[in-house]
Amino acid sequence: MNNKHVAVIGGGIAGMEAASVLARQGLKVTLIEKQANTGGKLNDWDHLFPDFSSPDELVNSLANKTKDSGVNTVCNTEISRIERNGKRFELRANQDVRFFADAVLVASGFNVFDATIKEEYGYGLFGNVITSVDFEKRMKKHGQLHTIQGTAPKRVAIIHCVGSRDAKVGNTYCSKVCCITGIKQAIEISEMLPDCEVFCFYMDLRLYGSKFDSLYLQAQKRHKIQFIRGRLSEAAERADKSIQIKAEDTLQGRPLRMTVDMVILLVGMEPGVSTSQLIQKNQMTVDENGFLKSANMHCARNQSTQEGIFMTGTAICPMAVNETLENARSAATEIIHFFENRRP
Amino acid sequence: MEKLIILPFSIGFIYLLGILGFRVVKWVGGLSRLDKLRLIHSFKTRRFFDSIKEVFMEGLLHRKIFRKNPVLGYMHMSLAFGWFLLIVVGHIEVMVSRQSLIAPIYLPVFFRYFETDHSFMLSGIFSFLMDLLLLFVLSGVALALLKRFKKKLFGMKKTTRLKTGDRIALLSLWMIFPLRLLSEGMSAGLYGNGSFLTSTLGHIFGNLNSETANLSLWTAYSCSLGFFFAALPNSRYMHIPTEILLIFVRNAGVKLKKRNNTYTNIQVFSCSRCGLCLDNCQLSAAGINNTQSVYILKNIRNHNLSDEQLFNCLLCGKCEVDCPVGINTIDLRITQRIESTRQYNSSYKYLEDGPVPKADTVYFAGCMTHLTPGIIASMKKLFHLAGENVWFMDEEKAPCCGRPLMLAGQYEAASKLIANNTRKIIGSGAKKLVVSCPICYKVFKEDYELANVEVVFHAEYILNLLQQEIIALKKGSDRIIYHDPCELGRGMGMYEPPREVLRTTGKVIPIKNEKHMAHCCGGSLGNLKISQVERSLLRNQAVEDYLRYRPDVLATACPMCKKTFSRHPNLKVLDISEAVANALQISSDQESTKEKMKLEIHEFELI
Ligand SMILES: Cc1cc2nc3c(=O)[nH]c(=O)nc-3n(C[C@H](O)[C@H](O)[C@H](O)COP(=O)(O)OP(=O)(O)OC[C@H]3O[C@@H](n4cnc5c(N)ncnc54)[C@H](O)[C@@H]3O)c2cc1C
Ligand code: SF4
Ligand code: SF4
Ligand code: SF4
Repeated sequence: MNNKHVAVIGGGIAGMEAASVLARQGLKVTLIEKQANTGGKLNDWDHLFPDFSSPDELVNSLANKTKDSGVNTVCNTEISRIERNGKRFELRANQDVRFFADAVLVASGFNVFDATIKEEYGYGLFGNVITSVDFEKRMKKHGQLHTIQGTAPKRVAIIHCVGSRDAKVGNTYCSKVCCITGIKQAIEISEMLPDCEVFCFYMDLRLYGSKFDSLYLQAQKRHKIQFIRGRLSEAAERADKSIQIKAEDTLQGRPLRMTVDMVILLVGMEPGVSTSQLIQKNQMTVDENGFLKSANMHCARNQSTQEGIFMTGTAICPMAVNETLENARSAATEIIHFFENRRP
Repeated sequence: MEKLIILPFSIGFIYLLGILGFRVVKWVGGLSRLDKLRLIHSFKTRRFFDSIKEVFMEGLLHRKIFRKNPVLGYMHMSLAFGWFLLIVVGHIEVMVSRQSLIAPIYLPVFFRYFETDHSFMLSGIFSFLMDLLLLFVLSGVALALLKRFKKKLFGMKKTTRLKTGDRIALLSLWMIFPLRLLSEGMSAGLYGNGSFLTSTLGHIFGNLNSETANLSLWTAYSCSLGFFFAALPNSRYMHIPTEILLIFVRNAGVKLKKRNNTYTNIQVFSCSRCGLCLDNCQLSAAGINNTQSVYILKNIRNHNLSDEQLFNCLLCGKCEVDCPVGINTIDLRITQRIESTRQYNSSYKYLEDGPVPKADTVYFAGCMTHLTPGIIASMKKLFHLAGENVWFMDEEKAPCCGRPLMLAGQYEAASKLIANNTRKIIGSGAKKLVVSCPICYKVFKEDYELANVEVVFHAEYILNLLQQEIIALKKGSDRIIYHDPCELGRGMGMYEPPREVLRTTGKVIPIKNEKHMAHCCGGSLGNLKISQVERSLLRNQAVEDYLRYRPDVLATACPMCKKTFSRHPNLKVLDISEAVANALQISSDQESTKEKMKLEIHEFELI
């Protein structure tokens, strides 16, 4: 097994964790990342739910683990194609760069929903409508939140399920992490700006993870965040750049209109676009939501429909950081089993 | 004794006349007083002659079907016009032979049975003519048979399904002319009164010819006629007489006005179930195959229309385009929806009577444009450049124009909104009402009474700004496909103004499925039953067609269409107002609104 070579596509936390586990087992591992640095989306986040820990620390420790275990990390290289060649695989990057491997692990992650598609929310048109991703980036960069006029917002509306659970945009699944992201961001705003009123517009709250519920209680009790059940129908910019939003309060059963200084759209997760090219020259397939399909939902979650190609992390379905890391370790285990059972 | 053979024919014929008389009286009597006056008045005007001409062109020659499909047209024409000529020439023949202007109705029908002596004036020519006409009709029957089994030949993808009454009528209709041929052939063999067709057949019969065989063939012929006449009122062939009435009533200016009256019946019974409306309907692309106009008309007639069918229709109007009878399927369906819907009791208390500002122009964006803020931003920009004194009526609180409720059959609720909006528009003292949504445009034009306020669609408004040189654009090199919104194109007949506007911003490429044959985007508010997945199938069908022309931009003039198409990857979709606003900005060296916003956000991030 020691001379076997595994190529890991995608240097997000899923790829990093799996690569280091595999390398520690003595396999030759190449981790290929299209960006200049590994870490994936976490490089953009300011704090992680549910414990407000630092994503940078996590990414750094993962980077050290990969380095110490002997993973060969190649950045600035985007894999565009995986071709099967007998028992081996040939991976091609854009510029005549090729990799050869005995097994492939796809950890290419997710894409953030493009909020301009939901035009009625005015993203890209109204300066005070931002996404949860913008929020993280701004907080990381400036450590504070401002409206486009440069003032501190007095009222913020956080909109759940933007681009998820919405047949009109073609995504009917739940992105899982945005409810809790919204709660985390609401708490952060209220800690930063104690006078600011924060409203969350949700359809239902999906707080599935450990410690998620206590965060929710904390938001209600300590931070007086107001949760309104109702889907936003539209947003409009007023002359003073504030945003008027319309929704239906489905618990009270009446239409609701409100003016806020800022709107944060909790954008959902979409399948990575590049995966659609990755699956072209092999037998990988996608599920009904467009994410990579497992050979078996229960007992072969990390096996793709093409023998020898595995996958992990949010390339399979939406997941949070801790799930992603667990999933990466399980993928590594499956790859090791694969080599053990395939005696030449 | 011999005369008994006319009995089946006569009974059927008298029964038919009775029913037809009864129905005409009932239907005309059921029209509103005003419509009756319209009808009576029309008899005194040129319209009467127009109607006669239309009856001839459409009822007999079937010109419209001919245009769409010559083989199908020939089939209908040979049956209708051929039969008509057989009756006319047959009567003349009888008159000549009897040398009298009065002849019993049955005589021309059974002429060659009764008139064994065949030596009157021009008899040779008559029998030749009659044989020729019979051949003409028979060719139509042959085609009709073929059509039942090989519909592709007729350029049709689908034909309609039959029920029992129709089967009897159809079978007897198919039998009439072959039986007539056999009977006349036998008589020609016996008495020598035939021409090229019937005599030849008589010869072929040879020894088979006998008085009894002759009598039974003629009896069978009479029976098939009798059956056909008797079955006609309860079959789809009722469309033949009804269409004549329809033409007169329609040309008198009668229209359906959101309430059923007997004009509904006249239209419903006029449907020949030719099935031409099936081929244009996009719903089949989503596997919906039982809600098309022909089925709705049939179900209204049979009193078994379900809501599931009634509301599963885009109200796109594509079926009206090719209907050879000219049935207003959309009006009919909306009326049916209004009639079948329980009026949902809304007080609309939130429509308060606040003060109305004064303005020269009112802009009504409507619910749909509120979902596309890009269009609102572009319109605001244009109003600003034009120095228009405009009141944005639904900027804050947005009452609906009423059309979506109307499409859903909620007439009373719609009327409340219409009354409220009317009060405000007139109260503003404006001369012009600008709308940017075809759905609003249609209802403002058709269902509002706005005195002397002119309702202007934004395409017309922008075109005027361009023509008056109030705004100037920089023409780009984009290849643009213009998608005709259903409510604007087929719904309001507006095809050119949006295209003219777009021609000032880029190159508008002509495509096959445009104008009255344009696709529906699938987003239609008219369909209350279709699922999102089915909608996206319809959208993809349209987009695939458009992509074949490799456009840079898909332009449209409807916020609903824009939203529907926007979700499709690899396609840039713009409303005409946005295309114009973008072209403006290029000329004044500014970035588009979107770019500018991004820049602002960026600037902020640098602080
Ligand atoms: C707004 C938001 C906030 C979040 N906040 C939290 C939080 O607070 N706590 C938490 O637990 N979770 C959070 N999450 C979830 C978290 O981001 C994910 O669990 C995590 O990013 C998944 O990691 P991944 O490696 O699967 O994918 P990614 O982070 O997407 O990494 C995939 C990597 O693969 C690379 N790649 C893709 N295709 C190729 C290719 N063809 N060739 C080479 N490289 C390629 C990409 O460049 C990327 O670096 C949040 C998610 C969102 C959307
Ligand atoms: S996690 Fe919450 S916000 Fe995100 S898609 Fe699911 S329900 Fe909507
Ligand atoms: S509605 Fe018109 S096109 Fe459709 S079957 Fe009837 S007559 Fe033919
Ligand atoms: S209006 Fe459109 S969807 Fe409805 S039956 Fe006619 S063609 Fe089909």
